[in-house]
Amino acid sequence: MIALLRRDLMLATRAGGGFGLGLVFFLIVVVLVPFGVGPETAILSRIAPGILWVAALLAALLSLDRIFALDHEDGSLSLLATAPIPLEAVAVVKAAAHWLTTGVPLAIAAPVLGVLLHLDPSAFGLVIVTLLLGTPALSVIGTFGAALTVGIRRGGLLLSLIVLPLYVPTLIFGAEAVRRGVGGLDPVTPLLMLGGITAGAVALLPFATAAVLRMNLR
Amino acid sequence: MLSVHNLAVARGGATVLAGLTFDVPAGEALILRGPNGVGKTTLLRTLAGLQDAVAGHFDYPADEGAYASHADAVKSALTVEENLQFWADIYGNAVSDATWDQFDIRDLRTRIAGTLSAGQKRRLGLARLGVIKRKVLFLDEPTVSLDGFSVRLFADYLRDQHLAQGGIAVIATHIDLDLAATTLELEPFTATDHQTDTGDEAFL
Repeated sequence: MIALLRRDLMLATRAGGGFGLGLVFFLIVVVLVPFGVGPETAILSRIAPGILWVAALLAALLSLDRIFALDHEDGSLSLLATAPIPLEAVAVVKAAAHWLTTGVPLAIAAPVLGVLLHLDPSAFGLVIVTLLLGTPALSVIGTFGAALTVGIRRGGLLLSLIVLPLYVPTLIFGAEAVRRGVGGLDPVTPLLMLGGITAGAVALLPFATAAVLRMNLR
Repeated sequence: MLSVHNLAVARGGATVLAGLTFDVPAGEALILRGPNGVGKTTLLRTLAGLQDAVAGHFDYPADEGAYASHADAVKSALTVEENLQFWADIYGNAVSDATWDQFDIRDLRTRIAGTLSAGQKRRLGLARLGVIKRKVLFLDEPTVSLDGFSVRLFADYLRDQHLAQGGIAVIATHIDLDLAATTLELEPFTATDHQTDTGDEAFL
């Protein structure tokens, strides 16, 4: 498992691996929003939590179809399926690698970009916490979607359609927690819901992912 | 070591081969022959456990099977050594020094796999079989894009290392590998009844 994680991280950070893809997309969206909305700081700081979360979600979506497609193309996936490592573990490792290469960098970059949106500095910590808590769910759900569409050529559209509705609860509670933090309210309830969604997804979806992979490899 | 009894395999919902019965004792190889589309790959994938058999059963020691497909599963962003080391790690083995010579890739160790030629990539793909150390190999056209020298090299590996140590190999190939192997002509086993109802398809 460690070998697979190390290989996936190595592949992601080498040339053509797509490591910077999500991060750069996130940067572009957040930089462009003030130009589109206008420079009023009051409006910007009000929509900042939502923008940061929507941008992070779309950035995570961007690299999903690479999770299994590349391994399927070069035959690695069939070989991994016959290797002495359960497909459930492969699913967990793939999601973990996706999270480490998109979720974590996004969470770290978010407060920095929050400055551009006049995000209340008191909410910086909350942005990092909600993203760190919520993005694992995005990666695990996305891995499931990627497994569903693995044999399909250019399945990216289908993948987005399947995955986006499943992302909505994470988005709602993630952005709500930050908004409450900015408003001086208690963010614990949405944070608990966010953590619950992530815990549930991490616990259950790898089994579904493995089952779907087995079906698609037949 | 591998025994197959009355096996039927399907591709895309249609049974392609039926009534297959054969045994491969330890230390022997079985060559599968037949025209394109007869079901060589389907049979190998079924035996490797990637898809379910339609009927019949087969048996070989658990955790001893390994599959090598048309694709090499080589990651072009990694070096030759990193590619091989990855599969060794997955199977909990070390890359033995002899492997580099057996597959003639010693000079390529530090090369990025993306810069290899098709034949070199194939040799790297086959070298995976040397590091995972499985006894039951299912090889699908292992010699594609190899030159005459490399084919002999691979045949030598199979004969002197793999089969000599009690392994077996089921190989789909069109060329003569110069192995002491039984040949199984698959055409007579072509299924006449193409109807298969797995239930799964209806559900989907």
